[in-house]
Amino acid sequence: MQNERKIRVLIAKPGLDSHDRGAKVVARALRDAGMEVIYTGLRQTPEQIVETALQEDVDVIGLSILSGAHKTLFPRILKLLKKQDLTDIMVFAGGIVPEEDVSEMKKLGIKEIFGPGTTTEEIIQYVNKNLPKRDQS
Amino acid sequence: MLTVNQSSVRATVGQKMSMVDKNKISQLRKERERWEQTTLPKWIKQSGERKKEFKNTSNMLINRLYTPEDIKAVDYIRDLGFPGEYPFIRGVHATMYRGRFWTMRQFSGFGTAAQTNQRFKYLLKEGETGLSIAFDYPTIMGYDSDHPMGKGEVGVCGVAISSLKDMEDLLGGIPLDKVTTSMTINGPAAMLLGMYVAVGDQQGVSREKLGGTTQNDNLKEYFAQKLCIYPPKPAVKLTTDIIEYCTRHLPRWNPTSISGYHIREAGANALQELAFTIYDGITYVESTMARGLKVDDFAQRLSFFFASHNDFFEELAKFRAARRLWAKLMKERFHAKDPRSMWMRMHVQTSGCTLTAQQPLNNIARTTIQAFSAVLGGTQSLHTNSFDEALALPSENAVRVALRTQQIIAHESGATTTVDPLAGSYYVEALTNEMEEKAVEYIQKVDDMGGAIVAIEKGFFQKEIADSSYKYQREIDEKRRVIVGVNDYEIEKEENPIELLRVDPNAEKEQLANLQKLKRKRDRGAAEKTLDKLQRSAEKDENLMPTIIEAIKAYATLGEICEVLRKVYGEYKELIVI
Repeated sequence: MQNERKIRVLIAKPGLDSHDRGAKVVARALRDAGMEVIYTGLRQTPEQIVETALQEDVDVIGLSILSGAHKTLFPRILKLLKKQDLTDIMVFAGGIVPEEDVSEMKKLGIKEIFGPGTTTEEIIQYVNKNLPKRDQS
Repeated sequence: MLTVNQSSVRATVGQKMSMVDKNKISQLRKERERWEQTTLPKWIKQSGERKKEFKNTSNMLINRLYTPEDIKAVDYIRDLGFPGEYPFIRGVHATMYRGRFWTMRQFSGFGTAAQTNQRFKYLLKEGETGLSIAFDYPTIMGYDSDHPMGKGEVGVCGVAISSLKDMEDLLGGIPLDKVTTSMTINGPAAMLLGMYVAVGDQQGVSREKLGGTTQNDNLKEYFAQKLCIYPPKPAVKLTTDIIEYCTRHLPRWNPTSISGYHIREAGANALQELAFTIYDGITYVESTMARGLKVDDFAQRLSFFFASHNDFFEELAKFRAARRLWAKLMKERFHAKDPRSMWMRMHVQTSGCTLTAQQPLNNIARTTIQAFSAVLGGTQSLHTNSFDEALALPSENAVRVALRTQQIIAHESGATTTVDPLAGSYYVEALTNEMEEKAVEYIQKVDDMGGAIVAIEKGFFQKEIADSSYKYQREIDEKRRVIVGVNDYEIEKEENPIELLRVDPNAEKEQLANLQKLKRKRDRGAAEKTLDKLQRSAEKDENLMPTIIEAIKAYATLGEICEVLRKVYGEYKELIVI
């Protein structure tokens, strides 16, 4: 095996939503769990998020949103990832996404959605367990 | 720099009116020691205690038992006094809720102006006594509804207001001389206040009669709510413009509501919420005095906004300490003479971040306890959260329960029959003192740092809050803190018996059509002229309120007005602190 690379995670806040408490807590918890975490701050456009993912060569993207704009923003992010041929990045989301939207978002390619009450431990375990195998070229 | 006299905060042994007799205290100490050596060990041996140490969220160690010993230094007249008088800890009014209840004000707004207008009328019909407007994200960020950044967010988290036309629709049929209105708006507060004033003018309500509040607390945006448009210095300038303008022209308007609520929701503990909020208040007093206004000209219109979280006693102590600390600061640091400059009037909202998505009806119990603490803490105005708000914007049914909770406390609980009923409790007074002392330490620290803007630029507030919020989450994750229904007492399969509000998906489309129509119909040249004037006024560093009102009345849009100031002031770039 090659030298072990740390899991690289981008935590991103799309749209105008300013509730960053959850995103920051998750970023810190993943970092404490030994991952390399990039947090780009508030109000990122889908284009900025995908560009950062590309530049930073991340394995995972965590999207945090509580504003209700997920139905507009998530599909745009996923479409741009596809366009950049970055579909091997695992994308999960956290925040407030109503039950009836969850399956629709998962169909689009969001792997998991963590709602209120999720522990940071659950997210860490999920990432470790479901991390896609990527070419380490 | 002088803050408040430490010795008057750390109450020294009272000469005249100490609540307890000195001789009795030594007798009491002996009795307590006896109890600790005889009765207590038996109980501890038998069943132990649930935890090694008990702490509140503010990291204060809570004693097993409080007795007169813990408040032996309290001098009744100096430290507690009487309601309606300095230091106002027992309440800002002499009769408090025996005179009248607090204002029951439910924060609401969604979809188009016309839709929110319907909700306002519903709430007023159900007995609400004041309006409180929630704006959507694009409005809060100073964008029109057609700005690309706002796609998917128009009317979602609040009501979309892009111009005076929208404000006219929002307030249609609501007499502005009869209701007071609170607007949760900061970056573009001057523009939204301008629109409100313009609608008042249309209704023929004189400006002396317009009553309400603009949140207009830009400092906390940089480390709490994080909806900043401009860099901190021009933002404080805009906040100060409104304070100055209201002092001169809108005597019944509260120009700012200095807000701890968002600081708390961002993850701060009660003590940090208290200290940082008070510090923001200090900064606005200084910036307004720097305009040449005397403290007694404006300080009585400053108002505050706090959260009420889960720990009933910690919150109660915070509210009471806040009033006394502010009174002392106004008197000792700013040399206010008018007692009304020293009173802290507050609005309280029960804490949104305590609401759980699991077993949502439990939130009614949480909200009740939080609201009860706010009432016993002497609030002037209250918003109770709806039980479904961890899931969506509240439904009408859930809002009604929330409002009824306040009405039950007001009419049925007995909490409103006497003033400040928990005063004198050994625990409450000891905790109130500790809250105040530790807040003074924080204030000193920020003073030493060079003030609030420096503390923001250094990331001090941000780091303090991030650490507290992470700590709180770890406690829950490790089950050292039980949240009922979330990490304990869970149910296997969550049933979802409640019906959630879905914002009309056509609201965005409708709003965009409204905006296009406005832009077609208005006199574009006239609007542009006012925008040019505004730019010149901003470059000359004048008070911008008059020119903003002119632009509003010419139907320049919110986005256009904010864009002019973006050009002059630049945009804030977030300092990221994890």
